[in-house]
Amino acid sequence: MVSLLQLENNSYAEVVDIRGGSGFLRRLESMGVRVGCKILKISDTPGPVIIKVGSTQLAIGRGIASKIFVEKL
Amino acid sequence: MKILLLGNPNVGKSVIFSRLTGTKVIVSNYPGTTVEFTKGFIKIFDFKAEIIDAPGSYTLTPTNKAEEVAVKLIKEADIIINVVDATNLERNLLLTLEIIKNVKKPLIIALNMWDETKHKGIKIDIEKLKKILDVEVVPTCGLSGEGIKELVLKLREVKISSLDLENEDIWKFIGEIITSVQKLSHRHHTFVDFLQEISIKPPWAYVVAVGVILVSFFIIRFIGEFLINYIFDPFFENFYSPLILKLSSLIKSNNFFHSILIGDIKEGLNYTISFGLLTTGIYVPLAMVLPYVFSFYFVLSILEDIGYLPRLAVLCDRLFHKLGLHGYAIVPTILGLGCNVPGALSTRLFEAKREKFIAATLLAISIPCMAQIAMIIGVLGKFGTKYVAIVFLSLGFLWVILGFLLNKFLKGESPEILLEIPPYRRISPKALFKKLWIRLNWFLKEAVPYVLLGVLIVNILYYFKTIDFLAKIFTPLMKKIWGLPPEAISALLIGFLRKDVAVGMFSPLNLTVKQLMVGCIILAVYFPCVATFVVLIKELGIKDMIKSVLLMIIVAIIVGAGANIIFSLLNIS
Repeated sequence: MVSLLQLENNSYAEVVDIRGGSGFLRRLESMGVRVGCKILKISDTPGPVIIKVGSTQLAIGRGIASKIFVEKL
Repeated sequence: MKILLLGNPNVGKSVIFSRLTGTKVIVSNYPGTTVEFTKGFIKIFDFKAEIIDAPGSYTLTPTNKAEEVAVKLIKEADIIINVVDATNLERNLLLTLEIIKNVKKPLIIALNMWDETKHKGIKIDIEKLKKILDVEVVPTCGLSGEGIKELVLKLREVKISSLDLENEDIWKFIGEIITSVQKLSHRHHTFVDFLQEISIKPPWAYVVAVGVILVSFFIIRFIGEFLINYIFDPFFENFYSPLILKLSSLIKSNNFFHSILIGDIKEGLNYTISFGLLTTGIYVPLAMVLPYVFSFYFVLSILEDIGYLPRLAVLCDRLFHKLGLHGYAIVPTILGLGCNVPGALSTRLFEAKREKFIAATLLAISIPCMAQIAMIIGVLGKFGTKYVAIVFLSLGFLWVILGFLLNKFLKGESPEILLEIPPYRRISPKALFKKLWIRLNWFLKEAVPYVLLGVLIVNILYYFKTIDFLAKIFTPLMKKIWGLPPEAISALLIGFLRKDVAVGMFSPLNLTVKQLMVGCIILAVYFPCVATFVVLIKELGIKDMIKSVLLMIIVAIIVGAGANIIFSLLNIS
């Protein structure tokens, strides 16, 4: 299990844990990021991490990304 | 009857809205908030209905102010059109199912971006989807207008879904829907995919960003100058000036009405110097400011509609993090360059007080609006482009330094970005021009009356010698610290009404280049115009606004003094 920050670019992974309050979880869930979903890490900019969930591309700030844990597929 | 257009952000809702409505479109704030929504009208057979374009929402359990407004709008609606992005069905269905579960109002689904599903290898079984959701589903393409007629026709058959979701796990249910109605097939990488990738992955993304900004800048300048030189100036010269001169000879100079209506034309009719209501009061907003406001909003609307701004936000994130904000603060900043009012309104995207304070203060202090920029170009540009460049670079420098200091000394942390990056979209000219029209209309309604009022007050102040009195009081500040003639205080006074008129007031004062530059910088920094001021009070609250204003005044004094010294050292006189 690694955080989104540690996941390498261009690799698929499954979200296994999101650490944060219920508001935080809800905000992520409304954009499609939830435990059990599959993601693709596209790019690691100096700012946010870019991932793809379904057909949505998301920019996720580094602080948030460090609280999302994934298992590489 | 009220019909509400509801959907996720970036699903082409506004394009559908502009297809459904006529030319009469109203932008209004939701009562008690600064969240804007657009309203229009539609005639369906024999009855007229109101169509409301709700702010884009991912969910009905609101995570921000815009979503709160969307939820409130639902309560007032009679029919809901849920606009769904067919290329992104899974995520969009969350909102759809929430509507079915919680709202219980007549619903119809517009499955938008239908044409794109073919390119993307997505196949959706509409009949099956209809059956599962138990409401009408109409495939649409906002861009070409395909399906819009059917959507309107089907408005007669809207019904409340009988789907019972009380005991369902929503995500599991969405998964089941997707497996039964959607089929994906492999497809090749397209050129658009390539563009999307290159504009988000460093290092090339930075090259693209610099290119986009430079090209935008040159287009804005080109269109602005073209309109001024080939349309507005010739019009004023050939048609308007003769009228004014005739009027002038009718009123006879030297009386009160002449000085208010036409102003000082002893040395010939010069629209930037005469300062009458019918001369400067008309010329400044129409011939100097409007062309740039038009070209700015034209380019900005294109960048918005293509979907480039979120990418810029990603690339700016690190910089903004150092200023106590996150990358999406690029949006209030760019909007502020058009007009500080929408810029100030959009600071609401920040939830925490600290971020709002920083965003609003930075905006008010160091982001000049297009009206002001146009006037600075008009007044200072005569002496050389480099002076204009120095003024804007100084403001940019101030923006970074000030943000850095605010972030350092205010308790708290920078917020984190969480942003959808939509795919690039083709532009709908109809929606683009509707938006441009709304923005220009708004500018004319806001600007022209205030400009006229500003010019009128200038005349009255001069007539009753109030300016001389104020000039005397502020002489030490103006002369010793800023190196400006005391009468320039009149510009600071009028700057509260309109910054463009205020910059224009430097013209009759015969300032040196250095004085003009210092004056332009101080005018940008010292205080927001009244329209921005009112919005900022609403957004920040009185206490934070007082702090912000004190900061503006202190910064203006220091920066004015600093600029005066530095420009002298640079041998600008």
